[in-house]
Amino acid sequence: MLDALSDEHRAEMLNGATAVTFVKRQRLFAEHDKAVGCWLIRHGRVAIDVRVVGRGEVTIQTLGPGDLVGWSWLLPPHVWEFGAVALTDVDAIRLDTDRIVARCVADPVFGRAVGFAMCGMVVDRLRHTRARLLDVYGIHRDHH
Amino acid sequence: MGDADAAVLDLPGLARLVAHLADAGYRVIGPTRRDSAIVLTELTSADDLPAGWGVDVGPGHYRLRRRSDGALFGHSAGPQSWKQFLHPAHRVLWSESGDSTRVPDDVPRYAFLGVRGCDLAAIQKLDTVLMGGAHPDGSYARRRRALFVIAANCTEPGGVCFCASMGCGPGAGPGYDLALTEQIDDTGHRFVVDVGSAAGQAVIDAIGRLPAATDDVTQARAAVADAAGRMGRAMPDTDLHALLHDNRESPRWADVAQRCLTCGNCTAVCPTCFCTTVEDTTDLTGEHAERAQRWASCFDLDFSYLHGGPVRPSGAGRYRQWMSHKLGTWHDQFGESGCVGCGRCIAWCPVGIDITEEAARLADPADGGGGHGAG
Amino acid sequence: MVPTRYRVADRAVETHDSVTLRLTPVGDGLVPPRPGQFTMLYARGVGEVPISVSACVHGSLVHTIRNVGAVSGALRRLERGAFVGVRGPFGTGWEPESATGRDLVIVAGGIGLAPLRPVLLHALAERGSYGRVVLIVGARTPEEFLYREQLAEWSGRADVVVELTVDSPAEGWDGGVGFVTEPLARLDVDPARTTAFLCGPEPMMRFCARTLLAKGMPAQDIRVSLERNMRCGIGLCGHCQLGSILVCRDGPVLDYRAAEPLLAVAEL
Repeated sequence: MLDALSDEHRAEMLNGATAVTFVKRQRLFAEHDKAVGCWLIRHGRVAIDVRVVGRGEVTIQTLGPGDLVGWSWLLPPHVWEFGAVALTDVDAIRLDTDRIVARCVADPVFGRAVGFAMCGMVVDRLRHTRARLLDVYGIHRDHH
Repeated sequence: MGDADAAVLDLPGLARLVAHLADAGYRVIGPTRRDSAIVLTELTSADDLPAGWGVDVGPGHYRLRRRSDGALFGHSAGPQSWKQFLHPAHRVLWSESGDSTRVPDDVPRYAFLGVRGCDLAAIQKLDTVLMGGAHPDGSYARRRRALFVIAANCTEPGGVCFCASMGCGPGAGPGYDLALTEQIDDTGHRFVVDVGSAAGQAVIDAIGRLPAATDDVTQARAAVADAAGRMGRAMPDTDLHALLHDNRESPRWADVAQRCLTCGNCTAVCPTCFCTTVEDTTDLTGEHAERAQRWASCFDLDFSYLHGGPVRPSGAGRYRQWMSHKLGTWHDQFGESGCVGCGRCIAWCPVGIDITEEAARLADPADGGGGHGAG
Repeated sequence: MVPTRYRVADRAVETHDSVTLRLTPVGDGLVPPRPGQFTMLYARGVGEVPISVSACVHGSLVHTIRNVGAVSGALRRLERGAFVGVRGPFGTGWEPESATGRDLVIVAGGIGLAPLRPVLLHALAERGSYGRVVLIVGARTPEEFLYREQLAEWSGRADVVVELTVDSPAEGWDGGVGFVTEPLARLDVDPARTTAFLCGPEPMMRFCARTLLAKGMPAQDIRVSLERNMRCGIGLCGHCQLGSILVCRDGPVLDYRAAEPLLAVAEL
């Protein structure tokens, strides 16, 4: 997602960012928590999950190096709809999303660039998810 | 062939030709009148030929009619082609009992009498498909090697013929052993004979014939050339391979699909359609197993069956497949056109779809077609 | 056209609907297949189907068969010692030797790992001839991976990058969850020195090719394996036509520059 931004805007996104680590099984955030922060994975794997009654925490998707974890910080109601947990030890860069949101409001050009870049990332995720919906590996019998 | 050696056969001469071939062990196949049509069958003698019978042919229409003369080859576009003898509709490939496998080794020796230019070209296209690849069809090759061909040059275009525009007629091209051009006038009912091979020469020498008068040969050539100029229809004069390739998304396909019943008649009567399927069977005990090959049509839904359904479920898709293959991708797969212009598909289509008309519509942007460079 | 007699020497269950058969010839065997080629397997009295060769070991043919119809169902039920008829090998292959000196990216979806396994086995046997070797395998669920022992063995090697991902996780699965395009999108690829081999359902190959093209890979360096209804396997029956090609003769392996226009037209 950051690659879609200009050098200047990327630097702005990384302003105030901090290097963080998570150990295996450590939770990054939980459903219903206030959505603050997002994490650019450097090493390791993170599962996006959701609690399903009777099944526990079900993994929706796993993200890896280069992926950005978390987008609910950008849009109201700013609440995590899913959880995120480290599947392995993880090195990541935590972005200062409070600062980014304030900058988006103050600088419409920056705001638009961030909006488009985040939109592109979400479209990518949706593309992959749609491919899964096709259930391509299953046997589908048509009846004529 | 050199006109100096040109010969003529009269009716008794033709009868001797048929008898000679039969005596030599050939099964002589030729046209005869049966069940309101001119069909191809094994002839017992030249008397079986449909003397004085012609046909009235149009899109979706075929009727016998009485001719005012006694012509033997005055008809066209019958419901069968010669492919049923070289590439039969059903053929056992091998059979297995316990540990032993048997491959049928009967090779019928056929002599075809009355092969039109279009049909001779069709046989040569089947040669390319069935013998020209890395895995030749052995049975077809053996039948083909044993074949004796007597072509019949056409002097009357049939009602649906367009061989001239496909470069396959009305005169027969090289590949025959003998070729006959029928002539009926005050001089008599006779056939100008062209010799096309050593085997053909040997047969003509054996049966005795009359030397041709110079007029006979000139008249014969002229009659054929004249027929070429009187065709009732033609393919559009354009690069058909490119036309079909460029128009895969044309709205014309949906239009044809409204009329096409996907009955597959066209594939059955077409002299170059070669697709087959394979059937494996076993008897109740499982001791005896057999594999047979039979004709298949791309109009059948299960022809393209893959992973639970057909690749081409719509009629439009299947009609496009047939026409695009015949006129277009046959070039990519086999290096030439698959169509010889015999017109059978037009006559035997129950709704009279005309492949030349559909090609013309694709080529004409004004008619909803994409022409070239579009679609 | 007469099948050559082989015997089932080994039978291994892969998943709930797939088995791997190792076949040995009764008499003289057939010409050794190249990676990517297929044979026509005959179940006595039932019929024949095209099945990719998934390994060739000392004259034995190894085939993984998924139950999708009468013939594959019959083949899947064959026990050790049973007879099978084999014709072939037929078709074009992956030609991994033409990519020596380059990085290999192998992406398999579902049963697509079967025809791709010979490429990986070749690369591992000639490891010094290739650069980076990456294997990405997608499956519906963790229980549907083929060759699980081998996958675990390859995952443990330092000279191969192996990424497994499922569409639908199961209890206890801590591998990747996502479509096979997701680990592929994360991959750093040098478009100037990479050859990609894709095999799986047609939509999966198209999505993966798109992902690689977006990384700047030329279409001719992406190879796919196509499939159409086959009856004779030898270019005589006309069933496997796909536009200008016969899949049994001009395929099944094609580079994406040739394959893309064929896959782009509906009902072609």
